[in-house]
Amino acid sequence: MHLALNWYLSLSAILFVIGVLGVLLRRNAIVIFLSIELMLNAANLALVAFSQTFGDVNGQILVFFVMSVAAAEAAVGLAIIIALFRNRETVNVSEINLFRG
Amino acid sequence: MLETFLFFLFAVVAVVGALGMLIARNPVSSALCMIMTLFAIACLYVTLDAAFIGVIQVLIYAGAIMVLFLFVIMLLNLESVPRLEQLDWRKVAAFVLGIAVLAELLAVISLRLDVLPEAVASSEAAEAASATNIGIALLTEHAFSLEMIGVLLLAATIGAVMLAKKRFV
Repeated sequence: MHLALNWYLSLSAILFVIGVLGVLLRRNAIVIFLSIELMLNAANLALVAFSQTFGDVNGQILVFFVMSVAAAEAAVGLAIIIALFRNRETVNVSEINLFRG
Repeated sequence: MLETFLFFLFAVVAVVGALGMLIARNPVSSALCMIMTLFAIACLYVTLDAAFIGVIQVLIYAGAIMVLFLFVIMLLNLESVPRLEQLDWRKVAAFVLGIAVLAELLAVISLRLDVLPEAVASSEAAEAASATNIGIALLTEHAFSLEMIGVLLLAATIGAVMLAKKRFV
């Protein structure tokens, strides 16, 4: 029996909300990306805590897949940021409005 | 007792790193604070007896993904934001919304969770989460998903190279 599950879930909730605030408050595309990674990590922490508390290994396999998808997402997202920066000379999301022309 | 102490130590480090990422003016500082958080989370995985996931966390997240972030920040040569960004009603609304989400999540967690199964002994959980057992499950039950992850990573690599090429957009 590990430390009570509630502590891990509370920490996960706090980290997730910090990630949400990062996406909502910051205007720098790279910091927004870091915040998304933080939210994925908070979800991973909750998954591992559940998996270890109930002795089911499938939760950790899901965490493994989430990490792989996060790696793919980071590669593509950062390539998009580089392409945008080459065109616009900025990573401030308020100044990037491709669809508005 | 030691377990409780270690949990709170690493939890405080993780939250401080996350807040540092949120309020740092310079993107490089943000990325370094994020690495601190990722290491603290890896330590939490180890205290949960999930050593395999902890090692993978350090290798993939702190090693590969954050190095990619730092490389991109250095490639773009961003200047840090000198002044405090304008505080307008949108930011206040976003902050209130975030706190509301946190309150909601904590309220749900503090409810009595009767639907959950019985917790198992930590030795049993550590045995189930050993690298051997995770490897067996990955290569038998989840073999197809593992192959699909390989295809996804290949597609992401090709996509990233295409996007970062000159005169694509």
